[in-house]
Amino acid sequence: MAVTPPVQRIWWKEPIERVELVWTALAFLWGLAMFSTMIVWHVVGKQNLANEAYRISPQTFIARADAFAEKYKVREEANTGVPVVRPPAGADIYLLGRLWEWWPVLELEKGRTYRLHLSSIDWQHGFSLLPVNINIQVHPGYEHVITITPDQLGQFGIVCNEYCGIGHHQMTGKIYVVEPKPQ
Amino acid sequence: MTSIDIAAGRAQAGREAKFRTCPFTGLKVDLAAQRLIVANAVAAVIFLAVGGLFGLLVALTRWPAVHLLPAEWFYLVLTGHGANVLLFWIIFFEIAVLYFASAILLNSRLATPRLGWLAFGLMVVGAAMANVAVLQGDSTVMFTSYPPMKAAPHFYLGLILFAVGALLAVGIFFATLVIAKDERTYEGSVPLVTFGAITAAIIAVYTIASGAVILIPTFLWSIGIVGNIDPLMYKVVWWGMGHSSQQINVSTHVALWYAIAALTVGAVPLSEKVSRTAFLLYILFLQLASAHHLLVEPGISSEWKVFNTSYAMYLAVLGSMIHGLTVPGSIEAAQRRNGFTKGAFEWLRKAPWGNPAFAGMFLSLVMFGFIGGISGVVLGTEQINILMHNTLYVPGHFHGTVVAGTTLAFMAATYLILPLVFQREVAFPKLAKVQPYLFGIGAAGIALFMMGAGTLGVPRRHWDITLTDASIPYEFAAGAFLMMGLNGLFAILAALGGIIYIVVVVASVLWGKRVDPARPAWQFPVTSAAAANVAKYGSHATVKLPGTIILVGVFFVAFMLYYYVNWKYLSAVWPLR
Repeated sequence: MAVTPPVQRIWWKEPIERVELVWTALAFLWGLAMFSTMIVWHVVGKQNLANEAYRISPQTFIARADAFAEKYKVREEANTGVPVVRPPAGADIYLLGRLWEWWPVLELEKGRTYRLHLSSIDWQHGFSLLPVNINIQVHPGYEHVITITPDQLGQFGIVCNEYCGIGHHQMTGKIYVVEPKPQ
Repeated sequence: MTSIDIAAGRAQAGREAKFRTCPFTGLKVDLAAQRLIVANAVAAVIFLAVGGLFGLLVALTRWPAVHLLPAEWFYLVLTGHGANVLLFWIIFFEIAVLYFASAILLNSRLATPRLGWLAFGLMVVGAAMANVAVLQGDSTVMFTSYPPMKAAPHFYLGLILFAVGALLAVGIFFATLVIAKDERTYEGSVPLVTFGAITAAIIAVYTIASGAVILIPTFLWSIGIVGNIDPLMYKVVWWGMGHSSQQINVSTHVALWYAIAALTVGAVPLSEKVSRTAFLLYILFLQLASAHHLLVEPGISSEWKVFNTSYAMYLAVLGSMIHGLTVPGSIEAAQRRNGFTKGAFEWLRKAPWGNPAFAGMFLSLVMFGFIGGISGVVLGTEQINILMHNTLYVPGHFHGTVVAGTTLAFMAATYLILPLVFQREVAFPKLAKVQPYLFGIGAAGIALFMMGAGTLGVPRRHWDITLTDASIPYEFAAGAFLMMGLNGLFAILAALGGIIYIVVVVASVLWGKRVDPARPAWQFPVTSAAAANVAKYGSHATVKLPGTIILVGVFFVAFMLYYYVNWKYLSAVWPLR
């Protein structure tokens, strides 16, 4: 029994029965298949998170996000005073996480590609784009650059899904995706 | 020095232990070990009661229609829930299992019971200190305590003291193995259950070392000696503790599955070699899982993520899948020897479902595999993680592993520990009979509905998904609210099971009838024919296990379908690189 020493003292030489051999081989091959799928997706898949990241001080990130928002601001989000920013296709765009908002609101064009710079200026935050369900951890001191192509029209919510203190559940933001301007 | 001198020295250093003989197993039980097992198990149950209550409050607050606690209390209680059940309940119980698997199963005296009490004291003081810090309200940092968010210094100090105590206890376990080998208290190799416990203990050393490497500097940071803790570095090392401690749980509860199968139906491992190799895979590969928490972080390469998140090509998953065959397989083989040979499933239908130890073990086995296991692999796939990271899917997954898997297995084991170690009959046997079903179904519901809510984007650790206080609104799908309500209902069911468990344990320990060796209410193994009639595995040309083959076949198909369905979901997400 499993609670007593093995019946056969030389247990490491006992033969392995077919049912265990087959199952182990099957499980091993399945593991290889899953392992390969991740690698294959890097070649054929369109959703692979960027490895591009930089160390950055919060002050520098704030300055860049401010300059970005000032340059491309088109209006303010209703009742909030938060700028809605519409950058040209292909631009470097900034989204800043802080206690407790995602800033600014972005207006992007469907089917165009942008370089999204994500960082936090205080604690860790969780970028969660809904209902698309893209979830990315956002660290202070690190700038994550993600090349992203919105392919759906509409209004998308951003919530915070990393606990960031008592106002965590008030931390939201927004992305509008609109028809592209003819180029 | 001659060998005689050494032997004499050892005899002098050796403690004069007092033993009793177990009337069921014939094993010698060191009374000092027994007292330590009792103390650690009792402490475990107390912290389970505290942490379980916190968990119920969390679930009732996340039930939108109830929304019980104010925000500040919710986050505080959630922090306490994690620490009490994930750390204190589980590790106290594991220390009890380690002492049991070494001193008791090996027929040996326990090494240095005095240090065992010191370890116990450190763990109790540490756990109490962390609880005080949390309840004082200035350490609401969640179980993970990610910097730059800072807790009170005694929060970290409490965790450090607890870890030091646990490490000491693990050392006593190893020392007991040495004593047992030295004093030849058993023949041949250690039992499989002890082998599993050794696996858990080795992983525990790695886990606690990781904890020390990160918590000591973080403590120094909290009192102002260290200037800065890098948040990304913290996560890499902290999860070396946080995830690896879950691998201690897996090794321990798998060892307990084997133990319970042996003691209830007289199961014999199909193959010692295969089962031990599966445990060995845990030792070699499970620690890589820190990566599961870093798949959507900046600054970590895809190569590192792919290798580590898959435990080097899923070799630890392979270990679990092997146990997934050999545990039910050994039960089927034993039950067939017990005479239940009709069709593919008579062995399972006529299993001792009325024995809470067996019922809890089998439910734990099935739910750990189907719910916790499959969801864990999917969640830990490099690219798919972006769909679920930090959503409620994550707690859904680990309630499948730690609650439906580990906690249920520990509860099941308790029904054997009560008569065997506490020497008490299980009180309220009729309540005890339904307990694993109530708790198991509750835990399964919690896990599944949280996973469902997570796929709809509901964030974890979040007080209010109506987002009433947010300046920019967002409306979650109606299904998300339904899921959270169902989660609340099943949490009540699980809490009911938890309360019954605690009532049964407390009543048995304090007022339970002493076991009468001549007329015990329970038999070990429950079906004794198998133990007497052990066929040496390997002597048959084939062992037919049709029921188990069907079970693992269903598992395999479910696994493949769910895995690739999630790739399909991923392909619909905005392209990003």
